[in-house]
Amino acid sequence: MRISRNVSRKRRLAQWAAPLAAGLLVLTGCGGSGGGGGEGGGEAAAEYPTEAIQVMAPADPGGGYDMTARSIARSLDEGGVIETGSDVYNVPGGSGTIGLTQFVGENAGDPHQLMVIGKILVGAIEQTDSQVDLDDTTPIARLTAEYDAIAVPADSKYKNLKQLMEDFKADPGSIAWGGGSVGGVDQILVAKLAEAVGIEPSKINYIPYSGGGELTPAVLSGDVDAAASGLAEFADQIAAGEMRLLAVSSEEPIEGVDAPTIIEAGYDVSIANWRGVVAPPEITDEQRAAAVSMIEEMHDTEEWQQVLEANNWEDYLMTGEKFSEYIDQEDKDITKTLKDLGIVE
Amino acid sequence: MDVFSDLANGFANAFELQYLLFAAVGVTIGTFVGVLPGIGPALALALLLPLTYGFDPTGALIIFAGIYYGSLYGGAITSILLNTPGEAGSVATAIDGHPMAKAGRAGPALATAVMGSFFAGIISTLGLTFLAPLVANLAKSFQATDYFALMVLAFVSVTALVGTSIIRGMISLFAGLFIGLIGLDFLTGQQRFTFGAPELLGGVDIVIVVIGLFAIGEALYGLARLQFAKEEKVEFSGRIWLNKAERKRVWKPWIRGGFLGFIFGSMPTGGSEVPTFLSYNLEKRLSKHKDEFGKGAIEGIAGPEAANNASFSGVLVPLLTLGIPTSATAAIILSAFQIYNIQPGPQLFETSPDLVWTLIASLFIGNVMLLVINLPLVKLWIKILDIPKELLYTGILVFGILGVYSISGSLVEVLIVCAIGVGGFFMRVYDFPVAPAILGAILGPMMETQLRRALSISQGDFSVFFTRPLTVGLLLVAVAILVLPSLLPKILPKRHDADKVGAE
Repeated sequence: MRISRNVSRKRRLAQWAAPLAAGLLVLTGCGGSGGGGGEGGGEAAAEYPTEAIQVMAPADPGGGYDMTARSIARSLDEGGVIETGSDVYNVPGGSGTIGLTQFVGENAGDPHQLMVIGKILVGAIEQTDSQVDLDDTTPIARLTAEYDAIAVPADSKYKNLKQLMEDFKADPGSIAWGGGSVGGVDQILVAKLAEAVGIEPSKINYIPYSGGGELTPAVLSGDVDAAASGLAEFADQIAAGEMRLLAVSSEEPIEGVDAPTIIEAGYDVSIANWRGVVAPPEITDEQRAAAVSMIEEMHDTEEWQQVLEANNWEDYLMTGEKFSEYIDQEDKDITKTLKDLGIVE
Repeated sequence: MDVFSDLANGFANAFELQYLLFAAVGVTIGTFVGVLPGIGPALALALLLPLTYGFDPTGALIIFAGIYYGSLYGGAITSILLNTPGEAGSVATAIDGHPMAKAGRAGPALATAVMGSFFAGIISTLGLTFLAPLVANLAKSFQATDYFALMVLAFVSVTALVGTSIIRGMISLFAGLFIGLIGLDFLTGQQRFTFGAPELLGGVDIVIVVIGLFAIGEALYGLARLQFAKEEKVEFSGRIWLNKAERKRVWKPWIRGGFLGFIFGSMPTGGSEVPTFLSYNLEKRLSKHKDEFGKGAIEGIAGPEAANNASFSGVLVPLLTLGIPTSATAAIILSAFQIYNIQPGPQLFETSPDLVWTLIASLFIGNVMLLVINLPLVKLWIKILDIPKELLYTGILVFGILGVYSISGSLVEVLIVCAIGVGGFFMRVYDFPVAPAILGAILGPMMETQLRRALSISQGDFSVFFTRPLTVGLLLVAVAILVLPSLLPKILPKRHDADKVGAE
């Protein structure tokens, strides 16, 4: 069914190529804040996309990468951004690096291929000695951010972040921190907290768990003294009064969340678990500008705004060359933290 | 009591004709899915998840429960008839189930599995109905040291699996432990035995180990044997019902297995592997027919199959009460809930009582359907044995490899499963027991994780294993199980039934 729909769409596209191209030109013109493509960019955008957009999620179905990929595809389709259709596929393994290697290796020069990436992938590339890294891709846009929560069990003696941090500073090893996998966003956040109070990251007693399903019981049983994880992972336990939320890792207070930011609590630390999309290497500047326009237009659809709201994702749009520079900055920052932690050499 | 009226409401919702039909369809699909190696309940539910978008929540959950129970039982069918379990939870069933089938007792073996599944399913669903908050609180209090002690306890069950030669059994166990080591070290992120292959970073999926060692290994072995010997026709006595002696031997294992499955399923470590192996070990120790184990003891099917089925309701305890999915299947049911905009967790019973109680009612219905549909089909399944062996083994090879490819979508994993399969073939040729390898691959990483976590939390202080009463208690039980059987006969040389006393 999927295929026949694509075929019929292509036929329709051929028949109505001229008016459609004009329409797209207008549309992309409206959303076009992407870096100076000029006239050439506009023309390329009119011819793009000419076939179905393929979105790779470098992980199993169900996780954050997968949800992001599926939401992008749905918003592109149902938001009326593209007429050529879109498909999502999953390439799990190697913390996302297997997907990255395949994406870069097989799709060079094809602007209809997109891949979802995120902060965790930046660290994973360092950690797994991946031969391929994000420099090999063409960054298109950063789209979303989720924030971490610092939480303790409800019966913990720590009523606020300051109390926790004072004990942490006095005897770093005495606080067992729980969080997600090694080298992930949670551990990086704890490392930054440690640095903020002058503790060497290597002294942190960080216990990794494979996800919220493992971490939550460990917090409730008192195995760990404090935990860092995605706000959504703990939301239900916090609402039920089983855990206490001490702080969130955003720069600004989050609406509807009854806790200060870490910055408000007195420590200059913030961290965003961002996700975005990249295209394969060796696409032309025009093709890149067209893809950026397409994603910008998708970002403005009602469908995408609903996705952000339903998942509690912060709108974190940044496109094109700016996004490339952001990734470089993140790479330096994360690599330094992972080195401090002794995870990579 | 409130529970009864809530449950009655749930039944009222679930007892419509269309829902009964859904349950029947679900169980049937599930049984077929379970028969195919590699396609376990998690994968089946994941594949069918989109189909349920059009259903109301009740209908979807009833189909899911049916598929789940059906697939567990379907796994028992291939384990017993062909010695090819497709899931780790059915490995223990194959150890005695297949010898029974070879001795012409496939009928009672399958009947034991289906009836045991039914009874245990009812026991554990009752547990879920009445004990969920209690069990959830217990599970919540478990710390890393307690988990470590539990894993030690589970490791003790290796002794029941080693077979005739301890050295062969241990070599098999260590091969499994080695496979379990492959991948990224969870605590430090260092690569272990990955040989630079990124596909190995995530470790070797346990389903791939099971399919390789059992389905592929058994099929290769069977085909090789056909080259040398005439096909040995498995005789089938035609009897399906358990005779009186068998009935007497199975009902206690059913009940014990049901409780083991429910309790271990409720633990945040979840899953059906540990309780099935523990149940096998327990039944071997309690049985008056120890010599029959490994050669076709009916208790060796009754206990593990009951535990396997019961673990499902157990897994639902932390899912519904804490919002914690502890197995792949639970994670998929969680996403099914989320499709209907419902977040399982501490507040679920207050916010969506209708759905929860309908789900629980559907578990009861699913179990009844399983019995009603599958008991008459036992005769049909046994016909599998009439298929010419060349075709059958070739089919297993094809479906096993297809199954692996469908899980991973990766050619590398297919090569890994073939390599493990060749290993399984040689293990059979040289008479190494296969089950300890599976146990090692499952338990090794779990035990290592909990041990290192506990020590990391205590900053290297080993005394944590001796200061928590629960930890100490579990460790003592493990030691007792290991030591008492050999010690007691010496202490009580005159007692004729010393073994029995020792086990209790």
